[in-house]
Amino acid sequence: MASLGIDVLFKGTNFLRLLQGLWVSIEISLISVVLSILLGLIVGVLMTINNKILHAILKVYLETVRIMPQMVLLFIVYFGTTRVFGWDMSAEASAIFVFTFWGTAEMGDLVRGSIKSIPVIQFESALALGMDKIQTYFYIILPQTVRRLIPLSINLITRMIKTTSLVMMIGIVEVLKVAQQIIEANRKVSPNAAFGVFLVVFLLYFIVCWPISRLATYLEKRWA
Amino acid sequence: MKKNFLSKVTGLALVGTLAVSGLTACGSSASSSDVASTGEDAVEASSEAAGFRTLDEIKESGTINIGVFSDKSPFGFVDENGEYAGYDVYFAERIGQDLGVEINYVSTEAANRIEYLQTGKVDIILANFTVTEERAQEVDFALPYMNVALGVVSPDSAVVESLDDIGADDQIIVISGTTAETYLTKNYPDIKLQKYDAYAEAKTAFENGNGVAWANDNTEVIAFSLENEGYTVGIPSLGDQDTIAPAVTKGNETLLNWLNEEIETLGAENFFHAVYEATLLDTYGADYEDTLVLEGGK
Repeated sequence: MASLGIDVLFKGTNFLRLLQGLWVSIEISLISVVLSILLGLIVGVLMTINNKILHAILKVYLETVRIMPQMVLLFIVYFGTTRVFGWDMSAEASAIFVFTFWGTAEMGDLVRGSIKSIPVIQFESALALGMDKIQTYFYIILPQTVRRLIPLSINLITRMIKTTSLVMMIGIVEVLKVAQQIIEANRKVSPNAAFGVFLVVFLLYFIVCWPISRLATYLEKRWA
Repeated sequence: MKKNFLSKVTGLALVGTLAVSGLTACGSSASSSDVASTGEDAVEASSEAAGFRTLDEIKESGTINIGVFSDKSPFGFVDENGEYAGYDVYFAERIGQDLGVEINYVSTEAANRIEYLQTGKVDIILANFTVTEERAQEVDFALPYMNVALGVVSPDSAVVESLDDIGADDQIIVISGTTAETYLTKNYPDIKLQKYDAYAEAKTAFENGNGVAWANDNTEVIAFSLENEGYTVGIPSLGDQDTIAPAVTKGNETLLNWLNEEIETLGAENFFHAVYEATLLDTYGADYEDTLVLEGGK
């Protein structure tokens, strides 16, 4: 075990710091994911509306998010807004904003795809039963959409959790940064620590992402 | 159309910010209106809008924000108790003590050091910041407190003490993209270089005897020769001498002047030699103290 360098994690408060770093990652991703799902549902429904102007705006939004690397978005929001507008947004707020901005666009596109995949006959039948548009969406379309969405959105959620490692670029010390700090601080005494420490980080990410994936499978079965 | 988009973005921003509960005071509306104003006020306005804090403002607030590396041992790193430590941090601690303020350390990366200063999100960068002309146009450097240069390490059996000794068929190992590569290509075009992408590859190649010598930052080669038996740094300082200095936001003269005075005063008590002995001695040994340390900015 010593050759893996895992022992460096038990020096001082190293392991506790790693867990604190993990909590920072979870906190940022959890808030962003919840906001992205809520806003993504709205944006997704808007995307299906036949309105050229709205369509163009959402297209620009989605493409912007797809083209811009998250790192660039983080820099623009954290440093750019201070430069241009003089706002002093905290690093955490910037991170949550960027991840929500990204997640909403992708989630919206997933919602759009799921709604489009529901046969037109479902809309027509609901309308024939005398439901109005809002009722149709709430009672007929959205429940079916949500079921189709689960596997797709799990993909997005776990990707968002893993991408939070980028926030170290705006000074937030999250789990991966703590890992690097521990490895570097022990470079001389334990040169192989990188392997062991990253292995533990891998396990931590797994412990976070796995229950989400299990929950998804459960929900998929239950709502099928 | 534009308005819709903007209001949506702003809406998202609000939601995002509110979610963290602490809606951070937006640099005050006064400073954002200053940005818009141009003309004679421009210089003053930009100092306010860019948000750098003068010496008095820092003292008043009771906290100074200092950007340091958190994973570059032994210059700036976090020890096993979660405390910042290292050569740069030792100096930072002294700055805090002499200013009579608390220190808020900000973990920086090589790529965002200038951004941090230009947006005033930190007051001082003390992150192994090498002084270059390009950087000096973006930020203001105080007096330097450390030297860096290139160094060349070679096996004990055939120590390379001058680059003129390199034979026509001999090769020198370098890491691509480093100053060592640029310097040798420019100044010694006849010397054959063996280029590697990563530190570990270059190290293995050198240990296997693929080249007669290895050129890199002198701190790196010195550390290598001390950690590995049988190698000597024949040329500890090659080419242009670069320096490492604290940096502040461009135009923050009060803080810059204070830092310069501080570094001169500390020179009188040989402060940086003490820092070297406390933080770098383990890695670089006593022989290189005078090569690396710069006292009183000279």
